[in-house]
Amino acid sequence: MKINKRIWVQTMIGAAALAAISGSAFAQGAPIKIGLLATLEGPFAAGGADGMRGADLAVKQRGGEVAGRKIEIIKASSNANPDVAVNSARKLVEQDKVDIMVGPLSGGEGIAIKDYSKTQPQTTFINGGSGAQATTLVNPSPNFFRFNTEGAQWMVGLGKAAMDKGYKRVMIIAEDYAFPYSQVQGFMSEYCRLGGKVPVKAWVPLGGKDYSSVIAKIPNDVDALLVVLGGADAVNFLTQYENSGGDKPMLGGSITVSQDVLNYKGKRRDSLVGTISAGPVADNFDGADWKAFVADYQKTYPVSAGGFPSPSLFAFVYYVNMKAALDGLAAVNGDLSGGQAKYREALSKMVLKTPTGEVRLDGNRQAIGTTFVTEVVKDGQGNLSTKVARKVDNIDQLLGMKKEDFQMGSRDVPACP
Amino acid sequence: MSAAKWRRAMNSGLQSAPLRGVPGAVAAAANAAPAVDPYADSDAPRWLKFLWRTLAPRHVFVLAFVLLLPFVASPFITYQVAAQSLIFGLIALSLSFLAGYGGMVSLAQFTVAGMAGYAVAVLGASGTATSLGWPWGVVVPLAVVVAVIGSTLIGWLSVRTDGIYTIMITLAIGVAFYYLVLQNYTIFNGFQGFQKVYPPVVFGVNWRDPLPFYFLCLACAMAGYFSIQWLVRTPFGIALQGTRDNARRMNALGYNVTAHRVAAYAVSGVLAGVGGVLLVWYNGLITPGSVGTGWLINLLVIAVLGGMKHPIGAFLGAIVFVLLQTFAIDLIDRERFNLVIGGVFLAIVLFSPDGLLGLWAKLRMRFGPSQVVTSPSTSTTRRQA
Repeated sequence: MKINKRIWVQTMIGAAALAAISGSAFAQGAPIKIGLLATLEGPFAAGGADGMRGADLAVKQRGGEVAGRKIEIIKASSNANPDVAVNSARKLVEQDKVDIMVGPLSGGEGIAIKDYSKTQPQTTFINGGSGAQATTLVNPSPNFFRFNTEGAQWMVGLGKAAMDKGYKRVMIIAEDYAFPYSQVQGFMSEYCRLGGKVPVKAWVPLGGKDYSSVIAKIPNDVDALLVVLGGADAVNFLTQYENSGGDKPMLGGSITVSQDVLNYKGKRRDSLVGTISAGPVADNFDGADWKAFVADYQKTYPVSAGGFPSPSLFAFVYYVNMKAALDGLAAVNGDLSGGQAKYREALSKMVLKTPTGEVRLDGNRQAIGTTFVTEVVKDGQGNLSTKVARKVDNIDQLLGMKKEDFQMGSRDVPACP
Repeated sequence: MSAAKWRRAMNSGLQSAPLRGVPGAVAAAANAAPAVDPYADSDAPRWLKFLWRTLAPRHVFVLAFVLLLPFVASPFITYQVAAQSLIFGLIALSLSFLAGYGGMVSLAQFTVAGMAGYAVAVLGASGTATSLGWPWGVVVPLAVVVAVIGSTLIGWLSVRTDGIYTIMITLAIGVAFYYLVLQNYTIFNGFQGFQKVYPPVVFGVNWRDPLPFYFLCLACAMAGYFSIQWLVRTPFGIALQGTRDNARRMNALGYNVTAHRVAAYAVSGVLAGVGGVLLVWYNGLITPGSVGTGWLINLLVIAVLGGMKHPIGAFLGAIVFVLLQTFAIDLIDRERFNLVIGGVFLAIVLFSPDGLLGLWAKLRMRFGPSQVVTSPSTSTTRRQA
């Protein structure tokens, strides 16, 4: 049944393509296909599912259509491995023939999808949740857009907040891949400049279960730990650190204190209260747009239906990127002709209204936007959420540095032992 | 299959006869009954007579299908479905050769393929600075050699064990290799692995394009398939099957069982190595995730799904696996598509312990024209072919 429909759809697309080649215009009212890729398997499965909720919310807010053309969403899944992500994207782009592709979720996937997008110039790629610096900083692709700020931008302001709290020496525990490199670079470039020291960095494998060797390595003379772990890894580390009697205050990476981690069931999570962190979202931010967004999310995806009490970082960034895709379509009135040239022009020039403020793109099609420094608090019902300590606007990808001074994050860069 | 079951099967022509129906099977008539060769007197060259004897309509059919497919199907089907199936089929063939003809179930075959893939990425050109950037003419043979050495060492370690212990030790090796590439940064670049590992441009053809890449995979897969077909009928292949059925008796007859088994691992290393080179080119990248435990298990699933009694089973299993991986998410528009994949696998294995090959044989037995049961010796040879 479904297969028949697929063949029928393919035939229709073929016919439409023929019509386009022979010079006649696209029929108004034909659906626009948008591919949606997130991790529904693997370490970020919970985040990926919430990302899909965020993207669906953006489509729902437009009533499922733009400029009289229906929006058809085709979903695909990966497991945070770049080869799986490229396979899924290839299916969406080459088999399902989507016009616009939104995704993927994690850093390594983002770099692989960006490389793949260069071979598919007919399709516009918009990032989902991935936040590695290299995606738009090194060999950017002309048809890859990212409307969310990335890992390093998300950490701006945390270095200063840590110094203000009196943390002069910090140990870093982070997963060993592109996204945490960016996060650590964003933190350290500010923290080191202000005179902070990072004597030890522990890079742990993604999906690690046993952190005892890392916990044993924590020196006595550090004032705090910066933990940049995501999803199940963060929960595992926190539990084991608590069990081993650790009591150092904590600084959190952007996805360490996202809703999907904060609402993990378990008693130990209370130790997270008081953790400062930075990221593109703050649950208790009191902007009117943010409140409207949260209310809409809570109404559409109540906790009883599997939603989180407040939208996670992934729901937010997928929402922003999908909203950008749809706003761009509205700006050109659904016109994707001419190799989507007009559409891409509109995307590049767009000032996107997001729940946390306005976002513009730089020359590499990378977002310039807002970051919040937050602190974890517990509300009356026992839910953990993040409270805004400081809001930093207009952060660009070079973090305000000059191009010559800027060094991309890696295991050893930057360093201030 | 236990030795006792095997002997029973040998003595009953009925059980094995339907296996002649396996598509693509080159019947081993030449080996079995030279006396009844109807073309013995004609003047045609030997190879033509051989072809005439062994080719059945289904062979021509399958050959025409695989040759014409890329010209009919979309580049996506050609590349992602067909080429990927051929690559997984080739790697699974290395496992079903070991398991089906040698009686050794090794979970490390995907690791062997990964060794070749990592060799291509480390020695050849990639987007990572630590790659050596040697020319492909050196890198590809070296990668296959690395795979053969790796496979031989794995075999040398594991052939003294049996059954479940072989599985355990090869699984341990596979997981160890995963953690090695995950945590080593000086050579293997850790979690991020190697990006932009592309096939070279040779003779003005960009082998990364779907059509050339498909035919490259097809050539490798057919070469692997026919060499296994040939190998299992050589004295070495027959002796290997002997060690599978009764190692002690083979030993008493003067065969060196360990040497035969290690040699089988080396042969499977060639297949897995070639498959690994193609796989890294197909993905354009290799990361620890590409050689993770999930893939070790998936390869076993492919081999079991297809059936291990004939080399074609590996490719059938791979086709079903890739189709499900690619399209299951369309059949059930939710976050539960893995349930469909698991359900189909379960159903196939439940209803047919020999995988798709067994299913095919059952169907032929029930609906096909009644088979003439020939002498046990003939059917035994067929079984081996």
